[in-house]
Amino acid sequence: MAAPRRTLGVLLLFAALAALAPGGASAEDAAALIPPYEGRAGFEPVNAIDVAVLAELRRRGIQPSHRCSDEVFIRRVHIDVIGTLPDPRRVAAFLGDESEDKRARLVDEVLAREEYADLWTLKWCDLLRVKAEFPINLWPNGVQAYRRWIFEQIKANLPYDEFVRTLLTSSGSNFRVAPVNFYRATQDRSGEGLAAAVALTFMGTRFERWPKPKQQGMAAFFSHVAFKKTAEWKEEIVIPDPAPRGPLAASFPDGTKTVVAPDEDPRRAFASWLVNEKNPWFARNLANRAWSWLMGRGVVHEPDDLREDNPPVNAALLAALERAFIASDFDVKALFRLILNSRTYQGSPIAQSKDPQAEALFAHYALRRLDAEVLIDALCRLDGRGENYLSQVPEPFTILRGLTRTVRLADGSITSPFLEMFGRPSRDTGMESERNNEPTDAQRLYLLNSTDVHRRLVGSRWLRRLVQRYRQKPTTLARYIYLTLLSRQPMPLELGIAVQHIRAKPRNPHEPAVDVAWALINTKEFLYRH
Amino acid sequence: MTNRNHPYLTRRAALGGIALGAAGLALLGRHPRSVWAAPKRKRGKEPKAKAVIELWMAGGPTHIDTWDPKPGAGRDYTGPLTGTVETNVSGIRLGESLPMLAKHADKYSVIRSMTHGINGHETAAYITQTGRRPGTGEQRLVYPSLGAIVSAFKGYRNGYEGMIPPYVVLTRPQGRFAVEGFLGLTHKPFVTGGDPRRDRFEVEGIVLQGVSDERQRSRRELLKKLDSLGRAMGAHPALEKMDRCEQKAYDLILGDAGRVFNLKQEKAAVRDRYGRTTFGQSCLAARRLVEAGVPYVTVNSGGWDTHKRHFESMRQKLPDLDRGMSALLEDLQQRGLLESTVVWWSGEFGRGPRVQWEEPWNGGRSHYGRCFSAVVAGGGFEGGHVIGKSDARAETVAERPVEPHDLISSILLQLGIDPDARMPNDRNLDVTVQPKSKKGRDVGRLTEIMG
Repeated sequence: MAAPRRTLGVLLLFAALAALAPGGASAEDAAALIPPYEGRAGFEPVNAIDVAVLAELRRRGIQPSHRCSDEVFIRRVHIDVIGTLPDPRRVAAFLGDESEDKRARLVDEVLAREEYADLWTLKWCDLLRVKAEFPINLWPNGVQAYRRWIFEQIKANLPYDEFVRTLLTSSGSNFRVAPVNFYRATQDRSGEGLAAAVALTFMGTRFERWPKPKQQGMAAFFSHVAFKKTAEWKEEIVIPDPAPRGPLAASFPDGTKTVVAPDEDPRRAFASWLVNEKNPWFARNLANRAWSWLMGRGVVHEPDDLREDNPPVNAALLAALERAFIASDFDVKALFRLILNSRTYQGSPIAQSKDPQAEALFAHYALRRLDAEVLIDALCRLDGRGENYLSQVPEPFTILRGLTRTVRLADGSITSPFLEMFGRPSRDTGMESERNNEPTDAQRLYLLNSTDVHRRLVGSRWLRRLVQRYRQKPTTLARYIYLTLLSRQPMPLELGIAVQHIRAKPRNPHEPAVDVAWALINTKEFLYRH
Repeated sequence: MTNRNHPYLTRRAALGGIALGAAGLALLGRHPRSVWAAPKRKRGKEPKAKAVIELWMAGGPTHIDTWDPKPGAGRDYTGPLTGTVETNVSGIRLGESLPMLAKHADKYSVIRSMTHGINGHETAAYITQTGRRPGTGEQRLVYPSLGAIVSAFKGYRNGYEGMIPPYVVLTRPQGRFAVEGFLGLTHKPFVTGGDPRRDRFEVEGIVLQGVSDERQRSRRELLKKLDSLGRAMGAHPALEKMDRCEQKAYDLILGDAGRVFNLKQEKAAVRDRYGRTTFGQSCLAARRLVEAGVPYVTVNSGGWDTHKRHFESMRQKLPDLDRGMSALLEDLQQRGLLESTVVWWSGEFGRGPRVQWEEPWNGGRSHYGRCFSAVVAGGGFEGGHVIGKSDARAETVAERPVEPHDLISSILLQLGIDPDARMPNDRNLDVTVQPKSKKGRDVGRLTEIMG
């Protein structure tokens, strides 16, 4: 984690430059800006998203927040897109870069990083309920095959329509044709149960709330899926039911009636209705979800609860996102890119308006605690030691020695006390609200006072090396700790406090340095996406 | 409620009524009483139980070698454990490996007719802990375990003021399913970590070695000064909640409540009586927690999934169980706590009564959900009874089947929680606390031992 010595001078030079010109703010509005979080006043729309957001804010008389600083931006975009803290050297280089398009280039860079597929595979494994044990019972081999398949599609940025069509229409062994696990990953494999899973995942709607005839109409498409066991442990073949049947009457959720011919797979009939740019749910659902993943809240909230009596807070915004997603041929990365480059995404978290609706209308970036997996990975980076996972399944796949990043964990049944405590989704229902980032007493106890966090700090080779190298230079030491943990330089006041604390024990600077690092990982700035 | 014995443990006392203030009261009042209030008790009946200790034998403990011995079934069933012991209640005999528990049979009742018929760990654990069968009722829900239910009814939203969280698990999480179910993160148990057998029981988050109180205070100051984003954000609901959590955390870290985990405060003879093992010392810690007012404590004891080398394992595990559990019952009674504390012992299922001598098991026992045993004591349950009966080989229920939800509902009734009431929740779900039990003689809830 430590930067090599030769880059130190460069780093400090960048720091000085950054201090002179915080994010390029002009002299007049600098007074209103709160360093080091805000970079520039005003809201200049850069794309259709911003136009829609700004129009709605103006209509309601809500002032949007200032543009976030470069320091905030580089941290935010790393955490949101690839689930890691930025490398301190990259931070220094970015802060020193004076080119106009540096944020757009950073967005491209981060979207191309290999960790991108790790983080978004995790997200999809939550939604698709990738879990070996109760109540989903995919079993370990199924989990591994399914997760690997999802990972490969996301890595290749497979267009979303193809991704969904494959999940809905595949047939074969759950080990060899991994997407068939979609149909296995539910508690209830009846036509209703499968239809409910499809409706939630790909339409973002709650099947349970539908009137009975509408439910039955859609359930018919999924009432002829057969599951066959083989001699292999927990292998299962998922196929259209081979039992002969007559023409199947079914109706699509929009009310259109259809008859599926005896030799036709009803799942295909449904997929060709759903996976379609004209479908009123399909693109809209993903556009809304993607927005909520990056902005912390859907245009329709909850993001998987689209229905007529739960309208979008900003219809023009949702339409703009949906249009862009369709125009890109269902390219999820392109949609992310559009959002990440918007001025709306690049807003500061500090509200300019006291209107209680400001956050829901995206007047500022929504503060939210790091996801459990991302947070433990950030803590693991301190001493390079991975988290200890627990599993009750006596299977080779659960031996996870050497797995140092929790975002790569395939199985929702494999867990740790940390993940449980910090609200990782249980993958029981596939609902977005399963992830719970509410602060609790137990979380606070853990971060402030656990043996685990303490050992990570005391045992951190990164910190020990820094202390050895800069024991005579507490100012440099404090700057490095800040740059690594908070992705920025300390403000003069903060620097003074940290240096004073380190200087209090000149004989043993390691202990106070541990305290400074401990304090920083316990700040809201470290714990929250901001 | 709470803390007659340890008045210093209440949160309000620790805060001196100041720090809680308006914000804290607002937090407590966040849920309208109609949603979270405990349902009214049946007229005239004061609940007998105030707390529950769950002795959870993860993996599925053997019933035929413990509570339901069948010496007449032959060695293919008994294995080498052919003997039985007389208990202090005439007519009740236990397996030969439980001589100390045999001396306390008047304190507990043995249920020899538990049944659910499921042989998969995860589903069986779910059924025995929640009383629910998967795929019934609202199918997409995962229901809360008994501990989470009790923490909802007896926790912070219903008058609990202790600083130790109301649902504690010693020492490892059970981990088969999300035990809080649809109740969410606040009803997850507090899992201690650490090992109470060690010289110092390092309870994760509460007891930290190597950081003095003075250093704790200086760190806290430092954190306050360096929390720049917190200051820049001003009033923000999520951050204010985090600040309240922090305040509570420090009350625990710097206050006296954490001493409940300091087993060195116990006499050496007491610690020896429980056995100097993780299980024994966890039982002791459980007693201390209940004494301090914690309403639900689980001792999670692993290693019962003995497919192979079953009898070798039992030679170690059964004496440990015998010592720890008998000490707990004896100690609770001597302190007058048994009357108000339910102790229940169970696992997700029993083990195959017929020994698997063949390869690759070489003397193992398989999973067995059709018929198994559970034990219940204290908190209003009469001791000295056997409920139900298995057949001559402990393979099927011969009389008076007891389903997991019958047992769970009975425990809830002793706590004054109506199992047929609506389960409080934030999701606006209309579900009852437990499924309905069958009514009538020799079926359903354990009315025969509930006074």
